[in-house]
Amino acid sequence: MKKQEVPQHPGLFGGRRAVCYALDEGGGYVLAPTAGWNPVNLANRQAWEALARELVGIHGEARAGRLSPLAYHMARRQMDAALLARYTGLFRWRVRRHLRPAIFARLDRELLARYAEVLQLSVEELCRLPEAPEIEVPEIDETEESR
Amino acid sequence: MSIPFVHRQAAHCESGATANLLRHQGLNLSEALAFGIGGGLFFGYLPFIRLNRLPLVTYRKGPGGIFKAATQRLGVRVEGRRFRDPSAGMAALDELLDRGIPVGAQTSVYWLPYLPPALRFHFNAHNLVIYGKQGETYLISDPVMDEAVLCPAEDLRRARFAAGDLAPKGRIYYLTAVPTVPDLRRAVRAGMGEVCRNLRNPVPLIGVRGMRRLARVIEGWPRKFGERRTVQHLGHLIRMQEEIGTGGGGFRFMYAAFLQEAAGILERPELLDLSQRMTAIGDGWREFALLAARACKGRIAVAEACPELGELLRRCADGEEALFRDLAGVIR
Repeated sequence: MKKQEVPQHPGLFGGRRAVCYALDEGGGYVLAPTAGWNPVNLANRQAWEALARELVGIHGEARAGRLSPLAYHMARRQMDAALLARYTGLFRWRVRRHLRPAIFARLDRELLARYAEVLQLSVEELCRLPEAPEIEVPEIDETEESR
Repeated sequence: MSIPFVHRQAAHCESGATANLLRHQGLNLSEALAFGIGGGLFFGYLPFIRLNRLPLVTYRKGPGGIFKAATQRLGVRVEGRRFRDPSAGMAALDELLDRGIPVGAQTSVYWLPYLPPALRFHFNAHNLVIYGKQGETYLISDPVMDEAVLCPAEDLRRARFAAGDLAPKGRIYYLTAVPTVPDLRRAVRAGMGEVCRNLRNPVPLIGVRGMRRLARVIEGWPRKFGERRTVQHLGHLIRMQEEIGTGGGGFRFMYAAFLQEAAGILERPELLDLSQRMTAIGDGWREFALLAARACKGRIAVAEACPELGELLRRCADGEEALFRDLAGVIR
């Protein structure tokens, strides 16, 4: 990659720049600033969209009373039962059980506090389901295909 | 308190942190040189390790490996610690900072508030240097950022003690003794030798064999997964290869930069040719990402793109196999 070919498609880093390796006019390698590259912006956005889709689905299930609020808050932190189990130090099967509304409703304060701490919420927030899913697909303004 | 630590932006976190820590002790190395001496270049297709529930593909060796190998080969003495108890881990960090020692740390990216939101996924092999503390805020030189940043203590604690695959367990590392005149030539050759071995090794999922395996696997994705899931896998590959921290082309350009620098150090001009070939291979990897992105965007059907992607990958594998055979010849 030559220095003049280093893509400058803003996206992932906000106003910031990352650096990459490119050749200058003399054929020597230099660190060149890059605002981003469309293929990466696209792949990143698709990953976020997949997470958002999943979150909307889980929110719907939780609203309908088929999943506990914990399932929603877990997904919002991009976690699954396995990862949340590792964070809380609980067995995976226990976390899975707690995704069922009836079982979640009976949890004691201590266990709720443990989940809340990991998920960066208060116990009250953990037990509540927000009206609408809080989707955070970071803004990526994609410049139209170049190259 | 704050240590006068010079922040230098790098393409990759671990080689950047390594180079910056060495430089702080008066050993002025570029990031590419630290990467090359550390034998950082790698390829691994590791489907049993999952990242966001997708198979891990890595273009560099495991977390901590570059720092360890680079410092060892340069004769630098280091100390590394992990902690079971987060409070003990934070206390140990503060104590080192009080002694004026900048500290490298392995962290998750998810919990670091200063990183751009788009990059914050659960990935646990990030590296940064902590060089000061003011109240409950740490001063951090994160190699991928364009300037030094601040991070609240609570967030840093979470990031250091993140759970999941590659959990950092509070790992910190720092230099204790640096030789005034390290044997650069020997270190460079050792780093090259390791990469030659790793990329041309007999293990099926590692090195050029791993690339060829992945090429075969990709060709099967449209049938196995269908459109949507294939697109997800392809997008994941693009991100592993290009999203922040590889310097482009899955570290291949960084390695080409290293070969160029090494040509001067070892006084072996033939390494310049190898550097050019490495650049061409890096361009091949970029081409792969570009085509994968076209498939993700629906500009080309996945059933059509995947065989072509497999072919591109095999071309990269062939190029690297020949290159590392020749490189092994140069350093023999």
